[in-house]
Amino acid sequence: MATQASVPASTSSLPDLASVQTILATDCGSTTTKAILIERQEQEFRLIARGESPTTVEAPFDDVTIGVLNAVAELEDLTGRKFLEDGRIISPRRDTNVGVDLFLSTSSAGGGLQMLVAGLIKSMTAESAQRAALGAGAIVIDVLALDDGRAEYQKVDRIRSIRPDMILLSGGTDGGAVTQLLDVAEMIHAADPHPRLGLTFRLPVIYAGNTAARDSVTQVIGDQVELIPVANLRPVLERENLGPAREAIHRLFLEHVMKQAPGYDKLISWTHASVMPTPAAVGEMVQAAAREENTSVLAVDIGGATTDVFSVFGGTFNRTVSANLGLSYSVCNVLAEAGTDNLRRWVPMPVAEDRLRNGLRNKMIRPTTIPQTIEDLLIEQAVAREALRLAFAHHLQLAVGLTGVQQQRTISEIFEQAAGGATLVNMMELGLIIGSGGVLSHAPRREQAALMMIDAFQPQGFTALAVDSIFMMPQLGVLALVHEQAAHQVFRRDCLILLGTVIAPVGREKEGQPALHYTLTRADGEAEEGQLSFGELRRLPLEAGQEAEITCAPARGLDLGEGRGRTVTKRVAGGVVGLILDARGRPLNLPSDDPARIAKLRQWLAAIGAGETGTLSAGTP
Amino acid sequence: MPTAYTPGLTVTGDTRIRKVRRLPMKGQVLVEAGQHVQAETVVARAELPGPLTNIKASEKLGIEPNELPSAMRVSVGDRVERDQLLAELKSFFGIFHNELRSPVEGVIEHISELSGYVGIRQPSVPINTDAYISGVIEEVLPEQGAVITARGAFIEGIFGVGGERRGMLKVLAASPDVHLSATQLSDDLRGMLIVGGAGADAAALQRAAKVGVAGVIVGAVTDSDLRALVGYDIGVAITGHEDIPMTLILTEGFGTLPISQHTFKLLQSLDGKQASFNGATQIRAGVIRPEIIVPRDGDDGPAPERAEVVGTELVIGSRVRVIREPYFGQLSKVTALPPELQEIATGAKVRVAELMLDSGERTVVPRANLEILRD
Repeated sequence: MATQASVPASTSSLPDLASVQTILATDCGSTTTKAILIERQEQEFRLIARGESPTTVEAPFDDVTIGVLNAVAELEDLTGRKFLEDGRIISPRRDTNVGVDLFLSTSSAGGGLQMLVAGLIKSMTAESAQRAALGAGAIVIDVLALDDGRAEYQKVDRIRSIRPDMILLSGGTDGGAVTQLLDVAEMIHAADPHPRLGLTFRLPVIYAGNTAARDSVTQVIGDQVELIPVANLRPVLERENLGPAREAIHRLFLEHVMKQAPGYDKLISWTHASVMPTPAAVGEMVQAAAREENTSVLAVDIGGATTDVFSVFGGTFNRTVSANLGLSYSVCNVLAEAGTDNLRRWVPMPVAEDRLRNGLRNKMIRPTTIPQTIEDLLIEQAVAREALRLAFAHHLQLAVGLTGVQQQRTISEIFEQAAGGATLVNMMELGLIIGSGGVLSHAPRREQAALMMIDAFQPQGFTALAVDSIFMMPQLGVLALVHEQAAHQVFRRDCLILLGTVIAPVGREKEGQPALHYTLTRADGEAEEGQLSFGELRRLPLEAGQEAEITCAPARGLDLGEGRGRTVTKRVAGGVVGLILDARGRPLNLPSDDPARIAKLRQWLAAIGAGETGTLSAGTP
Repeated sequence: MPTAYTPGLTVTGDTRIRKVRRLPMKGQVLVEAGQHVQAETVVARAELPGPLTNIKASEKLGIEPNELPSAMRVSVGDRVERDQLLAELKSFFGIFHNELRSPVEGVIEHISELSGYVGIRQPSVPINTDAYISGVIEEVLPEQGAVITARGAFIEGIFGVGGERRGMLKVLAASPDVHLSATQLSDDLRGMLIVGGAGADAAALQRAAKVGVAGVIVGAVTDSDLRALVGYDIGVAITGHEDIPMTLILTEGFGTLPISQHTFKLLQSLDGKQASFNGATQIRAGVIRPEIIVPRDGDDGPAPERAEVVGTELVIGSRVRVIREPYFGQLSKVTALPPELQEIATGAKVRVAELMLDSGERTVVPRANLEILRD
């Protein structure tokens, strides 16, 4: 992403990178602030320790830096070194044990940036504008277009009632007609929108439409709002230019929203580079992983308030944020959107509706609690599956058609987009899924993280799975912009943990019928073969760093990427979980009656080694 | 390092309360610094401009936008009535006549020869901002509102629904652990703020709404009963704008939880007094908690600044409440704080506290699942 050039610089100057030995990086999440210590050890940078503490934007603290200092204090406890003095971070480093050379931070505290997007044609400029806003880390609360089916007065009322933090106005190709754009500008004028926060600010409106209409638009709404003109995001029909709009959004995100988090000004004065929005930092690392592995990547960061999904397919990067899907602050919105039946279907024991609902509400109002019992853990992981599923569905809707900066498209492709846009996400082509966020990175067993991702995303064919070991992709993302070598080394050695490879044919067979025959030949030449019935899940050990060749012959109704019933031979990578043969079919269906469903879930958990469920009740809740 | 969760809720009988009351837009402030006000006193007033009705006049008249001014029969600033002639167009011989009439009453705000639009601003609507609490005007915020200070009791709940209301505080619960029942809610409680105990079921909440009570305070309700009250599942925890006839404030959480002794005793001491309260809650950055404010009568002297009410340090001997299963809601005392990480039943390795539950049972609980009490 080329968006960082415009973020405000920090007040601390960047040290000479060649002399950097010790790096401290924090990520202030909406729930927890995480600090990592990285150090050069001979030729390589490695992770030394990690500390965390609750984020302190709430009363009685009202200062995000207190959480930062607490997390760093934990690093002091763990390493026996000194990083803090007089309530701030010691830098430059004084000696081996005192201070750090480089301090960086990301932040998602302060809530999201709520944006309204407006364009002329819903499937063209409005959709491009939506991608620009999402790619910059915003939450799009509505998309207005002249052809969106609503009457003008309804749109005016809508602009008035939602009180966005910012509007992105686009439309028209450069030099094209001006009249329709003025219709949209008049709509904004009639609504006289005011920002959600602050009486004294004028609402920022980024204008990224026809440059020839810039002056006219300014005449209509220039006195009313803070109009920020940038280059047209669709200068000609067949080309998107999202960069300038994204940069403007990023700048305003930092100036208007992150500064709402108390203590943010202080934090930015401590860091050696600007404080980066967490999703933008994770996006940096996802793109780096796709480049290094030379494959398509899907990554998810599931947090307390929001879930971000990132994908790189065919070199095109996309990000979506599901603003209100998360496992603490937003956990009840997962309940509201998915419904109790969808949550309960993943729980391998009977659970009463009241117990489920009250438990989730209490998690919402006391967001830092953790599951103490197996039952509670399984419920939380069930909610995670639904949050991931919903966030992924959201991603599929938007990772379509014309996407990305300066991408050329032919006229025929433009018409395809007008017809709805084909998704860029091809699950059979997908090479790697990376899971990040507390529930995945901190799952007591890595097998649980693997199964949550498989159930939620339902990968097809051959797909490698990985987790961010201790949830440090945000810190490495901001580090990559300052010290790429250090970020790269820590990412490979300490951050990414390969879980293994999942092999999942698409299609359906009758339950219990032969589904998949395999022959696995390990590096030492030892071979094993076996057969899975439809509906079965099996784990084959294959350690991290090892590869093997597997030949899979799916049943006639099943497809592993080469066509139904066709045998596929591939080299596959191992991991801490190993190989997971998933003959449950795609789409994955769960039995509708409770006892059968519970029995199946327990069978799968046991097969993959994700947990013993023998002690759980199987009867009435 | 102690990591018990402390939501930072204030529960105090005597503190200095400061309320900033602002108009949603610029207007006129009606009070002066030093003035004593009642909760109902209007401190500022503004005229909310009526909606702007935009008419694409040039299109309706069949002319170019730049020809619009010559067709207009009214000017910017003119007051117009509904159906009044705004613009007309006569052809050369007067054979064709096209006219545009106003669809609404209002004032002509703009006539654009650029876009061809005519904007008519409809009559404004007055908005009043009241003092919300009785007290003294500490500061006037020019064109915006005022800051009111008072001395009195200030209690924050953990979750609420429904907006600002006022009423006499009435404690119906004999103890903090009893449930509020529908039969306790008689018609004479109309307009009051009722204090129940550990909970109120859907029937009790429905009865409270029917009687017309202004608000209900209880330790907890079930999520199903909350849904029955507001009519839908609350997704994002941003509340206060529900279309319900009363305000509900929970002091502890969801399920069945007695109001904490400290809070209950304070509420008992305020029985019969006028309270201002608000259920608005926002659980994320910029946190807002529901509140109950009871200013003292005629006592504006110096009061203690709001104290740090809930301790943040978890130590051996701390009184705590467990806030997660399997001991959810149980009160206990910390007996040990092992420094090393310990593996719990889920397989996670976490910092724990050893507890003596009030029931006499000894157990071990993650520190993150404890709330420090001030009973």
